[in-house]
Formats: sequence, C-alpha cells, structure tokens
Amino acid sequence: MPLITTLAGASARGYGGLVTFGGGTSYESIATVTVGSGGSSSIDFTSIPSGYQHLQIRGILRTTETGATYDGNLVRMRFNGDTGSNYTMHSVVGYGTGYFADAAANVAYMEFARTAINGNGSSMFAVAVADILDYKDTNKFKTMRTLSGTDLNGGGRVYLSSNLWRSTSAITDIKIYPSSTFSFVQYTKFGLFGIKGA
Amino acid sequence: MAAGATYFPIATTTLGSNSATIEFTSISGSYTDIVLILSAKASGGNMDAWIQFNGDTGTNYSMTTLRANGSTVTSDFYTSLNYGYGDLSGYINTSNFNVEIIQFMNYSNTTTYKTFLSRASTAGNGLDAIVNLWRSTAAITSIKLSGSQTYASGTTATLYGIEYA
Repeated sequence: MPLITTLAGASARGYGGLVTFGGGTSYESIATVTVGSGGSSSIDFTSIPSGYQHLQIRGILRTTETGATYDGNLVRMRFNGDTGSNYTMHSVVGYGTGYFADAAANVAYMEFARTAINGNGSSMFAVAVADILDYKDTNKFKTMRTLSGTDLNGGGRVYLSSNLWRSTSAITDIKIYPSSTFSFVQYTKFGLFGIKGA
Repeated sequence: MAAGATYFPIATTTLGSNSATIEFTSISGSYTDIVLILSAKASGGNMDAWIQFNGDTGTNYSMTTLRANGSTVTSDFYTSLNYGYGDLSGYINTSNFNVEIIQFMNYSNTTTYKTFLSRASTAGNGLDAIVNLWRSTAAITSIKLSGSQTYASGTTATLYGIEYA
C-alpha cells in the first residue's frame, strides 16, 4: 500500500514524473505540547538542545477570549524567561477589509501570532509558523519571523511579524502565552523543531 | 526531550505536458502537518491555484488575504467558496514559474476545522499571504489543485510530511 499516490490530469497522465522519497535528517522534531481539557495559560519549551542551527515553531491555537479586542487575539512570546524591555517588533496585519502596520521598541515581549478565540465559531483554530534563526549564536541578537492567520468564513486575520531579542545569549527556553488573562484551549498544539547546519 | 528526523518528502509530481489538475490522493495520516511546495506556470492564460480536499466541491471554503501587486496593498475576505486559494496577487502566469508554499496544519485531526496558510509570489505580478479555512472536521486524505486554466508542462508540486515528537 503506497503512502501516497499522485495523479496529474488526464492530459498529463502517463507523462508526469513521480518521485517518492525515503526521508531526510536535517529537520528534527524536538518537542510537542498539546493542551488538554483543562486549558493552559502558557506553552513552555525548556532545556532546548543546542545541536541545531535554527528553530521552527509550528502549531494550531485558540484562546478563551470571547470578545474581539485588539489585544485579545494576540499571542506573545519570551525567551529564557527574560521579562525585561529587551524586545522589538514590527508587524503587518490584514483583517479582510483593510490592513495596518505596527511597531514597538523596548517592550517586554514579542508578538508571535494572531489567534482564533472562543468568541469565534466552533472548531475554528488559528495556525502559526515561526522561524528563529541562529538561536544559539552568542555573537548575535536573535531575530524571529512569524506567519499566522485565522479565517472565520466572514473575515479573519493574516499576520506577519518580525521580532528582535536584544540578547547574545543562546536561547534555551521559549514561553508562548496569550495576552491579558486568557488561556489556550484544548487541542491547541505546538511543535518545536530544529534545523541542522552543515 | 525526544528528537526525531522529520519533514519527509512524500511525493513530487512534475508535469510532462499541460494538465488541468494535479492531485495527491491516499494521503497517509502518519504526519501532523503537510506542506505543499508548488512551482507553477500556466498554459492558456493567467490563473490561480484552486485547492479542494477529499473531493469536496461544496461551498465549505473561505479565506482572508494580505497581498500586494507592486502598487497596491489589499486585504480582503471571501466566504463560502467552492475551493481554497493558493494565490491571488501572486497568480500563475504563462511567463514565469511562481512559488507557493502552503502549510496544512493538523491535517489529519478529526476535531477541528482545517486552517491552512499560503505564501505565494510571482515575479512581475505580486505576492500573497492567505489564510484559508475548510469547514470540515474530516481528515484530509486527498488534495486537488485546479484553476481556470491549465498548469503548464514543467510545473512541479511536492508534498512533505512533518511529524511532531
């Protein structure tokens, strides 16, 4: 039983090339957090190993927020427990009828994603992908880029951000948390991945 | 923390002649996310990549965009569509191969609707960030790409699987 089959259209059938692969070794799953029925106020990846060049975080998310405030759908991030004003961010948000750009310097958090909330229709979750480059390089400040979004069949949000942590420390811990007092709901799920260098 | 190699290339289709559709079927539920990388050129005229799952042609798709075409930035939304979109401003033309990377998150779970992200770019046209929703809790087992024109010979589509630890 093949893992997958591909089928090009009738005109290409018999002419399209199909290549299947065995797998790679440079992208590794490090850890996964799945929120249970009780919810969770944050997601924490700790003791992150240093055996990679870059990190990626992927996931689906939704919070207990029931309104639709600006901050209410914002999910933040910190490295190594640093709560100081050592972060800088730029972002652009498309909300279906317009867009805006935002920036903040010397803030105490990064902006990771715009999330779906309990105030949205049932079963709707946001998705997010973040890339953290050279996370263990002790000669560089750390930069992270993100892409996230949620669609509600009647609008939604597409969100891109760039964040800077002004520290040369290697990143060993990552905290992801909703703004204000909200929590992540059940089925929220994040994976941490490492990308090896040569 | 357990670590394991993942981001496995599952299959690649390279069109040897023009085709109206590209389809991945019998997709295993072995992964958590799947990623589709499309490098496409059109035959016959400009087109967008339309995306359908599991043969669902109903009005169960919707999307919100953030896109630009070199002079204008736009964010708009579309409801109750018959398919999702991989691109809009970064549409597929007959001159240059475009690039689309589409992230299907938690594609095999049977609890949530499926939200997926696309980043598309085409030289001379524009670029997109699009979030799509498929209002179904079914696991995705097939993905069909189509459009208003045909995909040109040389178009490639590769599907990758990412398994969480």
